[in-house]
Amino acid sequence: MPTLFRGEVVKTYFRWRSYIAFIAIAVVVPLVLIAMKLNTEAMARNVTRGLSQDFLFVGNILNGYFVTYLLMNALWIHVPFLLTLGAGDQLAGEATAGTFRILLTRPASRSRILAAKYLTTLLYTFTVVAFLVILSVGLGLLLFGGGVLLVPAKVLTIIPAGEAPWRMLLACLLATWGMWTVASLAFFFSSLVDNALGPILGTMAVIIVFYVIAGIPVDLFRAVRPYLFTTYLDIWQKALESPIPWGEALTSGAVLGATSVGLYALTWYVFVRKDILS
Amino acid sequence: MDTVLQTRNLGKRFGRRWAVSGLDLLVRRGDVFGFLGPNGAGKSTTIRMLLSLIRPTTGAVELFGKPLPGNRSEILRRVGGLVEGADFYLYLSARRNLEIVAGLSGGVPRGEIDRVLDLAGLAGRSEDRVKTYSHGMKQRLGIAQALLGAPEFIVLDEPTTGLDPQGIKEVRDLIGRLSREEGMTVFLSSHLLHEIEQTASSMAIINRGTLVMQGRVSDILNQAEVGVRIEAEQPERAAEVVAALPYARAVMRENSVVSATLPRERLAEVNRLLVGLEIGVRAFVPKRSLEDYFLEITEGASDVAPRSRQRWRKES
Repeated sequence: MPTLFRGEVVKTYFRWRSYIAFIAIAVVVPLVLIAMKLNTEAMARNVTRGLSQDFLFVGNILNGYFVTYLLMNALWIHVPFLLTLGAGDQLAGEATAGTFRILLTRPASRSRILAAKYLTTLLYTFTVVAFLVILSVGLGLLLFGGGVLLVPAKVLTIIPAGEAPWRMLLACLLATWGMWTVASLAFFFSSLVDNALGPILGTMAVIIVFYVIAGIPVDLFRAVRPYLFTTYLDIWQKALESPIPWGEALTSGAVLGATSVGLYALTWYVFVRKDILS
Repeated sequence: MDTVLQTRNLGKRFGRRWAVSGLDLLVRRGDVFGFLGPNGAGKSTTIRMLLSLIRPTTGAVELFGKPLPGNRSEILRRVGGLVEGADFYLYLSARRNLEIVAGLSGGVPRGEIDRVLDLAGLAGRSEDRVKTYSHGMKQRLGIAQALLGAPEFIVLDEPTTGLDPQGIKEVRDLIGRLSREEGMTVFLSSHLLHEIEQTASSMAIINRGTLVMQGRVSDILNQAEVGVRIEAEQPERAAEVVAALPYARAVMRENSVVSATLPRERLAEVNRLLVGLEIGVRAFVPKRSLEDYFLEITEGASDVAPRSRQRWRKES
């Protein structure tokens, strides 16, 4: 298993396509942060608007943690897209390249190969999310400095400066957990077709449709909401509430995890039976 | 001699079309087994079933006396394969590609990768990305990966496709060496008879997914029916006489030339018969080549409807 996993890691990280996600993040994050830096005053006013009547803001509100929160909030539909570029290619890419023929005529069983590929997908997902958070926090701290993390979500949460780093870490891990479900979906679609475009479009279509359904204020759709995994993708925000709603986080995590496991089982069912004609 | 490969009633259906049906193959240890058929005959589908890439619809594959897919891992440890051209991870070097393949076989002894690279004549280019390789080099790398881990049985699907004459000769020599020196059993598919004639010791001919014949190459060459060209003074009468023979097939007359397909052992008899009827025979020429025979038995392949022929091509 370790050798199979290593092989898959080499295949994934030696391919330039895998770096599209990193490059996109490396471009977007500095751009946004620099733009924010150039408009610090206006940004700060914007954020505190409506609150400044009730609160007196002292110190550095617009800091590295806060801009990371803003970025993660803004990029929530874009990161899945970047992930599908890698995850959707895991199986379909082998079909396109014809390399299934050297991969699956070897003693290693399809189940083990699939497991190695899935683990690689999870690792890839984690590295992309972690790259986003680390770059954002790092560059944010450099440009704006640290301070208290202000989270203007449903309720205004104030996280002390000392607590902010590990809260960000937790947010990063929970975000990864959520994105693993997205990656699992792309991985599943990847087992069905012989080109990488299908899984990318399929995954994005599902996510967008689910978001649209969840967003329409009709009773029927509202009733469906709890059954859509996209409803729980905001799990990372739980890490930035005070106190952390562990119950809710656990529920969301369980639903996302169960969805991932279910999708993996489905992928396995398809893949071990698949006739390799590519 | 013990059996390396045996298939019984092997068949594969895609939708409503049978790509392969009722196939019984037998490959013995030490054979260079030629698997001959026109494009779209079902060769690749068969090979994919032998290597567990696709699941048979009917029948069974047995390798080393053990059924596939039940003993898949154990069997494939002793088998190397190259299916339909060599595709690799183009952005990786040849060595890295082979390392990945070796990893799938549970690792190979130290130096094994260098050994097969050397065998394929790629030692000097092993660190270059496969993207930069010519078609012939990729093909040789494909054979190299099949040889990784010193298998007892290698399956090569049209290994000389797209190679230049020098490359073809190298591959043939390599196959010969593997068989003679390493004692490997080789399963070789081709749509070219002369390739099988030159390299194989036994052979099977497949057409439209079914087995046409199977046996030792020398036996098939000698036993086969022969196409005969007869030039006679009374061609109409000669054609009538030959056509009346129960064992004669494909009797045709063109001007003064009658052609027919006859069993080899009947040739003298037919000649005597014509002479005995006082038909002046100017020439009685058997076309010995198996090539004609192969073309003849497979000529039906061009009779299929255009639509299904397209699908055959795609599949082959």
